Amino acid sequence: MSTMSTLKNVALWFERRLHIVKLWEQTAGHPVPKSTGSWFYTFGSMTLTCFVIQIVTGTFLAMSYVPSAAEAYHSLEILNYTEPLGWVLRGMHYWGSTMMVIVMVCHMTQVFLWGAYKYPRELTWMSGIVLMFLTLGLAFSGQVMRFDSDAYWGVGIGAAVAGRIPVIGDAVVHLLLGGPIIGTDALSRFFALHVFILPGSLLAFVSVHLRLVLGKGINEQPKPGVLVKRATYEQHYHGIIKREGVPFAAVINKDVVANGILLLVIVALALFIGPKGPGIPADPPLVIPEAKPDYPFLWLFAAAALLPNGSEVFLFFIFPTIATLFLFALPFITNEGEKHWSRRPIAIAIVVLSYLGVGMLTYEAITGPWSPHMEAWSGLPIKAEYVKGRTPLELQGAVVFQDKQCRNCHSIAGEGGHRGPDLTRVATRMTNPQLVRQVIQGGGNMPAYGSNLSPEETRALVAYLCSLHPPNVPPAREAVGVLKPISESQPSVTPNAQVSR
Amino acid sequence: MASSDPNEGSAHEMPKYDYRATRRDFLLKLGAGINAIAAALVGIPIIGYFISAIVQKKPRTWVSLGSIDQFPEETTRMAVFMNPYRTQADGDTAHIPCWVKRAHGDDFTIFAINCTHLGCPVRWFEQSKLFLCPCHGGAFYEDGSHAAGPPPRGLYHYEHKVEKGELLVKAGVLPTLADPV
Repeated sequence: MSTMSTLKNVALWFERRLHIVKLWEQTAGHPVPKSTGSWFYTFGSMTLTCFVIQIVTGTFLAMSYVPSAAEAYHSLEILNYTEPLGWVLRGMHYWGSTMMVIVMVCHMTQVFLWGAYKYPRELTWMSGIVLMFLTLGLAFSGQVMRFDSDAYWGVGIGAAVAGRIPVIGDAVVHLLLGGPIIGTDALSRFFALHVFILPGSLLAFVSVHLRLVLGKGINEQPKPGVLVKRATYEQHYHGIIKREGVPFAAVINKDVVANGILLLVIVALALFIGPKGPGIPADPPLVIPEAKPDYPFLWLFAAAALLPNGSEVFLFFIFPTIATLFLFALPFITNEGEKHWSRRPIAIAIVVLSYLGVGMLTYEAITGPWSPHMEAWSGLPIKAEYVKGRTPLELQGAVVFQDKQCRNCHSIAGEGGHRGPDLTRVATRMTNPQLVRQVIQGGGNMPAYGSNLSPEETRALVAYLCSLHPPNVPPAREAVGVLKPISESQPSVTPNAQVSR
Repeated sequence: MASSDPNEGSAHEMPKYDYRATRRDFLLKLGAGINAIAAALVGIPIIGYFISAIVQKKPRTWVSLGSIDQFPEETTRMAVFMNPYRTQADGDTAHIPCWVKRAHGDDFTIFAINCTHLGCPVRWFEQSKLFLCPCHGGAFYEDGSHAAGPPPRGLYHYEHKVEKGELLVKAGVLPTLADPV
């Protein structure tokens, strides 16, 4: 017997037991519309590739990671600095997670705009929504694994949100933390979620998702004007397969290219930017400057700061409930009809508004203008040109301005906090009495300083603020003529005499 | 994914099966019964373990912040106590910071560090007499009351007492809106 026929016999031996040919026919060989061989159809496989990368890198990271509050941070530093290539592995896991969220959102946008969720692929879409939540859950629990101060206070934010649930809030907090206080039990819970519960569920739902894709076929490229009808769609799809059906294996060329590039991008990001953190150690008395979540959650973080006070119930409970219900109900709301995006203006509006909304909130969260600049009062002196030529009283006011930490919230010439308005030209919009009132009583989201400033300090501070206007722009005047404070006698020609220069 | 019917490959025909056959039927029902009991016996400890954090609530206990002499009158300072329910694995997270304000004599107020908005750590600014939160810009006055920003209420107060020149704080629970101290 020749070697060839021996090999053939061995192959046949396996084939007779494993039925690989049949499996191949039903998966790689199953017919799909030729039009699905498109760059737009590559995002699904890219999301799956990211998940595989996450499982592989995550498994190896678990060989060094210690899920205990006392050790987690240290074990990450060992991975970063001691274990050979540990930092690359961490980098690939971090960037793999970032890319997974990005390509997942691309995939979701594509199937939404292509009307793929309509009859008969409702369950495909709904299992995809479950996969989205699982992926976001993995991203959130993953940042807790870093267990630096951002992670610690991130869990604290989670507990604070849970504490807002009526009636059962207290129980939910205890369940989340595994006890009354954030400690190692909380980390262990998130660890179990991150490495067992969520990835296991994701695997299960990926198989459901793919089973549905195989069973109901890949959505054909929609044509404007070709409407989906429950009575005729299956026939219509079979017609497409009959006319231009090709084996699935014949349309994966673009997927292969896209996934190869994706992998190269993840490796490049891991090598050139590296892993994220761990940042400041999770030692609660180190009162940290800010606790920001990872990219996928920045928009929520920004919304919590920007929505009107008291709207947290809406942001954290009502909005997610409505959004989730909408996503699951979508295939039933528009089950039939037009699939092509060019004839679905509402679908386009939803995508554009969602992207703009999340994008702008993310931008706001990165700049974080609502957070006080904690070090501005001690680290950012007022520029010389904003104190040059001032009177002694005004100079004293500038000292009060700096010393009383006004600059943590107010910037001058763009430097300082952005919590409150920039005061570079404040004298052009507020008069001396208005400034006195604002400083003493506060209001409009500014604390009142009445009990914290002596009358002399207030007088000096406001005198300085009244000098903050460009030389060619006069300071603001009272609308109802010249009002003189009874106790002060100033020349009536210039009510804010100290600012004229 | 794979095949819709795993036995499709082997085209075996089998005689029609009668599911009503009595003895097999009895054994099936017996088996279902045994498994239902077993499922309960397996499930109860698992669920019980998981929810033990709620059922067996740990009460707050008195923890010392040390001598009252370390807190000068008319100042607000950070103090750190140890989580009374710490374990070795808690590491640094067993350190719980709080802000101690001593007006005069035994007149203390102890604020939790957690902002009432979303739990971030507030920082005390002596000169402006404000607690500022780094996350969403909440601000509180010296007495802990709400000054500005999104927090729905003033800072949480810990219960405290002074015994033999020692300041004690009643601790053991992360303060949230559901369980303010």
